[in-house]
Amino acid sequence: MSLTSKSATELAALQKTGQVSAVEVTRAFLDQIQQHDSRIKAFLEVDEAGALESAGEVDRQRQAGQPLGPLAGIPIAIKDNLCVKGWKASCASKMLASFRPPYDAHVITQLRNAGAVFVGRANMDEFAMGSSTETSAFQLTANPWKAGYTPGGSSGGSAAAVAARMAPLSLGSDTGGSVRQPASFCGIVGLKPSYGRISRYGLIAFASSLDQIGTLGTNVTDTALLLQAIAGHDARDSTSVDTAVPDILSNLEQPLQGLKIGIVPEHFGDGLQTDVAQAIQTALDVYRSLGATVSEISLPHSRYGVAAYYVIAPSEASSNLARYDGIHYGHRSEKYQGLVDLYETSRGEGFGDEVKRRIMIGTYALSSGYYDAYYVKALKVRRKIANDFTDAFRSVDIIVTPTAPATAFPLQEEQKSPIKRYMSDLYTTTANLAGLPGISIPCGLGQDGLPIGMQLLAPAFEEDRLLRAARMYERETTPLPSPLG
Amino acid sequence: MKLTLSDVQKVARLARLKLSEDELSKSVEQLGFILEFIDTLNDVDTDDVEPMAHTAELVNAFRADVPAPSLDRNDALANAPQTDGRYFLVPAILEGA
Repeated sequence: MSLTSKSATELAALQKTGQVSAVEVTRAFLDQIQQHDSRIKAFLEVDEAGALESAGEVDRQRQAGQPLGPLAGIPIAIKDNLCVKGWKASCASKMLASFRPPYDAHVITQLRNAGAVFVGRANMDEFAMGSSTETSAFQLTANPWKAGYTPGGSSGGSAAAVAARMAPLSLGSDTGGSVRQPASFCGIVGLKPSYGRISRYGLIAFASSLDQIGTLGTNVTDTALLLQAIAGHDARDSTSVDTAVPDILSNLEQPLQGLKIGIVPEHFGDGLQTDVAQAIQTALDVYRSLGATVSEISLPHSRYGVAAYYVIAPSEASSNLARYDGIHYGHRSEKYQGLVDLYETSRGEGFGDEVKRRIMIGTYALSSGYYDAYYVKALKVRRKIANDFTDAFRSVDIIVTPTAPATAFPLQEEQKSPIKRYMSDLYTTTANLAGLPGISIPCGLGQDGLPIGMQLLAPAFEEDRLLRAARMYERETTPLPSPLG
Repeated sequence: MKLTLSDVQKVARLARLKLSEDELSKSVEQLGFILEFIDTLNDVDTDDVEPMAHTAELVNAFRADVPAPSLDRNDALANAPQTDGRYFLVPAILEGA
């Protein structure tokens, strides 16, 4: 069995017992990138020299008998909206094409301390706005399962890299489903932790009240390993919550006795691909066979989630992206007349269509005369959505939904209306609006041979419960085969 | 509500975005559709509901007011399109300057 087919947990154990070195592991994944990424294009840049140097350092420390972190010698791909000192962080935008952050994101510092090896910058939708990675200004990423199909988005590069075993783990970010949906499309595990669980310091902001850094990996145990390394309070992000992080890994194999699962009947209605619905029902049967009960619950305002999301996220984005002014950093137009024209032309040239569209919606929703009708209204609906979850979690432990209404769609499909694209976020946006943790785990293949994902949701800061529930299912089922055969 | 070209031009101005003629006319249509979709929020009765700007709903995360090192000037200027080594350079904004 090749090194690249092993999980992060297995690779860490092999290194610990001296059966393989960090440099050997890193080389194996770099070779895999070399072999497959010209076709998949998950990476915007691969830092071969940096990765081998970090791996060499881990090996030296191990030989010297120094204590090593839990991710020592484990290669990780990083979504290109996370700041890594010495690398570019472009957000897959022309605006930041040559931007080099002067500091590490908090999660990067945590991973350095844990001994992780950063292999490269993963492609994404521009500024994380999109669900197919096609809004990237630089390249189209392919789904490793099927040429010409999207890996999903916006963390499509991060998901494709893991699915094609070009890295055992990766980091993404999830504002409305951007970790869970690509995980679903690529047949891997994607976790969006609770809002506030992980510091956003050094995550380039899209919509600050919804953004959360998430993990992608091939199984639940690796997910727990990575989450444990990056979770926790950080004074540099005042929204990171100062509560203790439970020891998720040590409880993971303990099944939840008498697990109560809620499902929402409307989630299984029109617009859901038949084989996706079937796969979720089959997965629910697996839970039943483990002693779980499944009951119908109501989330009456969830159907307004996408509309609320497409007011709140663009509003926050229009404010966050105001910083790109062509002066402090980022693209500056070569031709302009005066200061205001410098702003307008630099931004007009630097941003792509989807980013411009969202800035326009957000600016409109926040503008004088419309602020109450759109922005405040959406924030009120948001509370109703959050309250529905609070009510639902009084009677159930977790909620199960499809992650996406369908399997991956073809790349460069005839341009659908923005609304149609936005509706693919149907099942995922509410977790961001309510601040809940959500995970997508693979639950089979569709008739098209593409993976199907099941989403589990838990109350805020109940990652422990969420991952244990996910692991219960995973343990009873056969993992998907490798997409590369 | 029907969006007009001049509405869209005004929003583009507020957003400091230079859009081409083509982008402007596409925006009239696309933003119109999106706003129509967003209008479904009006079906929800939100009387007596407090807006929720944030799920953590934290109030004032204070820290001790002690000086600490901040970003080095060279690092801060390193990504700027134009500097004189000490400051960010911008086009003149005052007449006769």
